[in-house]
Amino acid sequence: MHAPIAAPLSSSEEIANGAGAAAILAAGVGAFLVGVLAVAADKSAAIKDLMNFWKPTGALSGVTTSAVVIWLVVWAILHARWRNRSVALASVNATALMLLALGLLLTFPPLADLL
Amino acid sequence: MEITTRSLWTLVHGMGFGALYLLACSGALVELYRRYSAHNDVPAAARDDKFLGVYLAAMAAMAWLAVLTGSYVIYPWYRAVPPAGLHNLGAFPRSLLLSSPSTSGWHSLGMEWKEYIAWLAPISITMAAAVALQYGRNLKRQPQLRSAVLCFVWVSLLAAGVAAFFGATINKHAPVEGGNTIQLMHGE
Repeated sequence: MHAPIAAPLSSSEEIANGAGAAAILAAGVGAFLVGVLAVAADKSAAIKDLMNFWKPTGALSGVTTSAVVIWLVVWAILHARWRNRSVALASVNATALMLLALGLLLTFPPLADLL
Repeated sequence: MEITTRSLWTLVHGMGFGALYLLACSGALVELYRRYSAHNDVPAAARDDKFLGVYLAAMAAMAWLAVLTGSYVIYPWYRAVPPAGLHNLGAFPRSLLLSSPSTSGWHSLGMEWKEYIAWLAPISITMAAAVALQYGRNLKRQPQLRSAVLCFVWVSLLAAGVAAFFGATINKHAPVEGGNTIQLMHGE
């Protein structure tokens, strides 16, 4: 059985990149928040207590729940604003990848200990 | 042949969701490179475009299941605090690791890195799945979107790889054990 014949591709002008940009930037924000909140909970006893949403898991529960909730809210807001238009994707990508890299670095304990 | 419930959950988390995710990640990367290579002039079938989105969505589901079982089922057993004066720390992996300078790094570096970096995998792959499902075949004409998706998939592989490496080695040094015993089969 043959695969369906490929339909012609739409031109990039017809497809707004805003929805994709919103997802990319929000993911960068989410990754960054995981790193920032993890460091904050490690450095401050008050924040650690605040992040202790569920005692058996400790601060991990609050750090990750907060990061995920904020990530989804940011994504929803950006999606609502950008979904029907095209945005400067190079800037969005650069910002998202920088946030992602920072998030990665901040989760690394020896680096976080230097802050 | 027996297995404890905690050990079974560890297997489900690590071998079921984690290892399968790593395998799927390499498949996703190969498919993304193959499909969007500059040398690939053959148009993808509509079915293939849909498959990529569904494949990435299945990976996202696996990544979420991996971090949720890790954080909310296994981690509480790992970090449980032993009663004062207890000498046999076998049922308390975190305390067991921290009790010796030769193993404490597995917790202070390994687990403390793993518990957070692992969460970057589901966030990254959920974005990749959403973009693939949203754009489908039009992703071919969106090189900047594709580049970002590819970077995030690489990072999700890195995050899952770090988490898997430390998960496996930590469980080797201080396994999460206990709970009810499940008899899988009788010995000869």
